[in-house]
Amino acid sequence: MIRAAVVAHPIDFAAMVSEVAHEGNGATSMFLGTVRSDHDGKDVTGIEYSAYEEMATSEMTAILGEARARFGVEHAAIEHRVGSLDVGDISIAVVAATPHRDACLNAVRFIVEATKARAPIWKLEHYVDGSREWVNAGSGNR
Amino acid sequence: MTVTVLLFASYADLLGRTTLGLDLPAGATVEHVLSEVRLLPGASLLPPSPLVAVNRSYALRTTMLSEGDEVALIPPVAGG
Repeated sequence: MIRAAVVAHPIDFAAMVSEVAHEGNGATSMFLGTVRSDHDGKDVTGIEYSAYEEMATSEMTAILGEARARFGVEHAAIEHRVGSLDVGDISIAVVAATPHRDACLNAVRFIVEATKARAPIWKLEHYVDGSREWVNAGSGNR
Repeated sequence: MTVTVLLFASYADLLGRTTLGLDLPAGATVEHVLSEVRLLPGASLLPPSPLVAVNRSYALRTTMLSEGDEVALIPPVAGG
């Protein structure tokens, strides 16, 4: 069971843990990304996430398939939230469950890094002074 | 042939739109789309080689297009 989704509602990570549960798994690992209150010294009040949702979903699904091939992870889920998030809100959750711990720990790291590098998702940060900025927008090509 | 171009995030802000339709000659590639997009007001601030996806998969500038394709210009991603 692998599942990837872009969601517009708060992420229920406990439900995701239940989703990957399987009697053959002895290890479950999870990563949660949350909105931080500062970015490069600027005070952040919130982030507006947007996505090319169909492609982000297919890209994240492909990444889960790669994690299965590399680490043998048969039970994994990823959700990335879009919309307006406040400081402390969960923007991404990755959960993987495997028979032993090494595979799920390594798989979660791989899934998070690949998603950040490849999924077409963007964030518009809002700062306390009222300004806003697309994160990474000045970096040109990937 | 007609293709649909999708713009997101900072690129949508630069060009003041999220979508446009383009009529292209048969045999056109992603490069043709980029050339057309560069004629739009605001396009001078696009990077020299923006990432592009065709039908929801990353593509090359030389990728050939077909009638009805969905071509997306992908700004630097920042998920997580």
